[in-house]
Amino acid sequence: MDLLTIVLVVDSAIRLATPLLLACLAGLFSERSGIFDIGLEGKMLGAAFAAGAAAGVTGSAWLGLLVAIMVSVLLALIHGFASITQRGNQIVSGVAINFLAAGLTALLGQAWFHQGGRTPQLLGDARFKSLTLPGADALAGVPVLGPVYSELISGHNLLVYVAAAAVPLTWWVVYRTRFGLRLRAVGENPAAVDTAGISVTWLRYRAVIICGVLCGLAGSYLSIAQSAGFIVNMTAGKGFIALAALIFSKWRPWQALGACFLFGLLDAIAIRLQGVIVPGIGEVPVQLMQALPYILTVVLLAGFIGRAIPPRAGGVPYVKER
Amino acid sequence: MTDKTMSPPDLPGAGTAPPAIELIGIDKSFGPVRANRDINMAVGKGTIHGIVGENGAGKSTLMSILYGFYQADAGEIRINGQPAVIRSSEQAIAAGIGMVHQHFMLVYPFTVLENVILGVEGGALLGEGIADAHKELERLEREYELQVDPEAIVGELPVGLQQRVEILKALYRGAETLILDEPTSVLTPAEADHLFRVLKQLRDQGKTVILITHKLREIMAVTDNVSVMRRGEIVATMKTAETSPEKLAELMVGRSVLLQVDKGPAKIGRPLLEVENLTAVDERGVTRLADVSFTVHAGEIVGIAGVAGNGQSALLEVIAGIRHAKSGRILVDGKPIGVTGGSSPAAVRARALAHVPEDRHGMGLVTAFEESENSILGYHSDTQYLSGPFLNIESIRADALEKIEKYDIRPPDNRLKTANFSGGNQQKIVLAREMERDPDILLVGQPTRGVDIGAIEFIHRQLIAMRDAGKAILLVSVELDEIRSLSDRILVMFAGRVVGERGPDASEGELGLMMAGIDSREEAA
Repeated sequence: MDLLTIVLVVDSAIRLATPLLLACLAGLFSERSGIFDIGLEGKMLGAAFAAGAAAGVTGSAWLGLLVAIMVSVLLALIHGFASITQRGNQIVSGVAINFLAAGLTALLGQAWFHQGGRTPQLLGDARFKSLTLPGADALAGVPVLGPVYSELISGHNLLVYVAAAAVPLTWWVVYRTRFGLRLRAVGENPAAVDTAGISVTWLRYRAVIICGVLCGLAGSYLSIAQSAGFIVNMTAGKGFIALAALIFSKWRPWQALGACFLFGLLDAIAIRLQGVIVPGIGEVPVQLMQALPYILTVVLLAGFIGRAIPPRAGGVPYVKER
Repeated sequence: MTDKTMSPPDLPGAGTAPPAIELIGIDKSFGPVRANRDINMAVGKGTIHGIVGENGAGKSTLMSILYGFYQADAGEIRINGQPAVIRSSEQAIAAGIGMVHQHFMLVYPFTVLENVILGVEGGALLGEGIADAHKELERLEREYELQVDPEAIVGELPVGLQQRVEILKALYRGAETLILDEPTSVLTPAEADHLFRVLKQLRDQGKTVILITHKLREIMAVTDNVSVMRRGEIVATMKTAETSPEKLAELMVGRSVLLQVDKGPAKIGRPLLEVENLTAVDERGVTRLADVSFTVHAGEIVGIAGVAGNGQSALLEVIAGIRHAKSGRILVDGKPIGVTGGSSPAAVRARALAHVPEDRHGMGLVTAFEESENSILGYHSDTQYLSGPFLNIESIRADALEKIEKYDIRPPDNRLKTANFSGGNQQKIVLAREMERDPDILLVGQPTRGVDIGAIEFIHRQLIAMRDAGKAILLVSVELDEIRSLSDRILVMFAGRVVGERGPDASEGELGLMMAGIDSREEAA
C-alpha cells in the first residue's frame, strides 16, 4: 500500500470517527454522572434530522446546528426527567428515546418534505464545508509532509476540528475543574455529594445537558457536514458503537479518542476493501467487512481490554436513605 | 416530656453558656410511623453526648434532621442559643455541624485529598484550592492525631483510616459539632480506642461531639452525658457518671434485661464438624482463607472473632457449600463433603447442616416475598411442602404460623411482605427456618446484627438451648461481647488465617490484639 492510499484511508477514518467521538464524549459526561445513556443513538438521529430540516428551510448551517442542539438537549432533558427526577429505569428511558427519534424523524420528514423521509438536498451555506488550513496548498507538493498536512490535517469541516478540540477540553473539565470533581464523585457515590452539601439533581441535569449538546453536534455532523441532507435512520447504530467505545475507553477522554479512531479506521478499511479480490479467497464479502467493527467490538470487550468498571452509581436512581 | 420550654438538666460543661445544640419539640413522621415525637435535648458545648437506643428508636432520624437530610415536621433547632434553620446538608455545614455516617460518605476511587475538598474546593478550578487544602489538612492531622496520606486512594485504605478521612472531612469544613453514627461497628477494639482518644481530644479543644451507638460499654467509656431514646422519644437524659449499663439497657427496652447470658458448662460430645487445611481464593485471585483448621464438637459453641472482612464470610460460605475452596477437607460427622467441587448448599443441607447467613437481606431472605414463603426458602422441595409438582400453600402457611408463635415473630402475620418486618423479626424468621430443621450443625453469621436488645436476649437463649441439646454451633460475629459471652472456645481470624484459640475468659485486650493479627502467646514462645 502506498502512502497516498494510507493517507486516504486515515483521512476517511477521521471523517467516520468524528460523529462517534462526539457521541462518545456525550456519553462520557452523562455516564460519569451516574446516568446511563443508551439513547445516544436517538439523540443523534433527532439532531441529524433537526439540522437537515432547519438548514434546508433556512439555508443556514449555523441555524441548522442551533436547532439540532436544541432538539438533542430536549431529548436529553426527557431522559434526565425520567431518570433523575422520576427515578425511572434509565435503560427503558433510553430505549424509549431511541424509538421516539426513529419514528418521529421518519414521520415528520415525510409529512414536511414528501421525499420518503429525506430532507431537501443542501447547497452552499446550508452545509459546513471543508476548511483549508493556512499553508495547505503551499505544502501540498512537499513529499510525505505535504499530503499528510493538506489531506489529513487540513481539509475537514469545522465540526471535525470541534470534535478534536473537545477531547482535551473534556479531559480538562473532568480532571481539572470543580465541576469535574463533583461529576466524577456523583457517579461513584451520590450520597457523598449530597452530604457534602451539593445538589445531586442539579449536578446530574448539567451532565445530561452537556450530553445533549455534544449529541447535537454529532447529529449535525452527519446530516449537514458529512452529507448534504438527512436520510431515514441516518445514524445506523453509530450511537451504540459510541457506547461500545465509551466502555472500551473505560470512560476516559483520551482513550475515547483512541477507541473512536480505531472504530473509524475499521470502517474506512471496510469501505476500501469492498470489491477487492484477495488472492486465494476471492472477493471479500461486503457484509463481512461491514460487520468487522461490530465483531471487533465484541471480541475486544469480551477479553482484551481487561475489566471495564463503570461508575459505581451508574444506572441507579439516587434516593435519600431513610 | 411535654413541657416544651423545659430547661435542660444541669449538665457538666453546659455552665452559663448556651448549649451548642438545642433541640426543642422535634416531631417527624414517615407516613403513619412517628420516627421522632416531641424531642427535647440539649448538648453542652465542649462535651461528648451519647445517644443510645435500639434500632428504629429514632436516633438516626433525629441526627439526620440536625444534619439537614430531613426536615422536622415541627420543632426548633438552636445552635449556641440562636434559632437555626437547617434545610440541607449545606446549611448544616455552614452552621458548623459535621457528620460521620455509619456507611461512609466517601468516593472510593478518589484520593484522600479529593474526598476532603469535595464540596469546598475553593474555586472553580481545582489547582487553586489544592495547595491550600494540603496545608490545612496537614495542620488538622497534626493537631488531632489523624495521620492519613493525602494522596492515598480512599478505597485502598483500611476502614479505620477511611473513618479518619470522614472525621477530617468534617473538621476541614470547620465543624464545631461532630455527629458520629455507630462509629465503632467496623473497627477493631484498638482502632475504637484510638477513635475515643481522638474524640476526647476534640472535646478538650472545645469541640462538641454527639455519639450515637447501641454499645453501652462505649457510652460508659467516653461520654459525659447520655440521652436514651425509645420508640421515637427521649426517655431520659443524664450524666454518664451517674448511671450504669444495666440502667441504660432497662431504659432502652422499657423492661429489665439480662445483659449476661446464662449458661451452664458445656457437655462436649464427638466431633461433628472438622475443617482441615482449608484454603480459598476469590474471583480476583485474593486469598480469602489460608490453611484454616479447627473442629467443632457436639454440645459446644465455637466462636469466630475478627474484624469484618478477614475471611469469616468465606469460611461460612465454603462450609455451607456456596463457595468452593482451592484445597482442604471438611468432614461432617466424620464423612467428607466435596469442598473443592461437587458440594452445594442443598447437598450440605442434606447432611443436617443448617446455615444462618451473615447478610440476611442478600442471602437469608427474599424481602419481597411473604413471610410464609421465606420461612421455607431452601426447603421448598421437601415433600411436606409439596402436593405433586405444586407447592402446598396451606401446609406452608400452617408451618409458618407455628414458627411465628414459637419464635414470637411480630407482627404474627404469615402473609405480610418480609420487607415490612423489623430487622430483629426478619432475623427470627431466618433463625426459625434453620433451627426448626433440627440440624446437627448450625452455622450462624452475625446473629444479632441490627437486632434489638430484647430480641438479642431471645436469640442468645435459643443458641444456648441448641448447644445444650448436643448440637455443634459455629458462631461468627464481629461483636466481641457476643462471642465472649456465648462461645465455649474462641478462634480469632485475621487476613484469612486463624491467629489463635482462646477460652471464653480471654481478656478483650488480648483478643483485640489477635484481631489485629498479633498472637501474644506465639510471640512469647
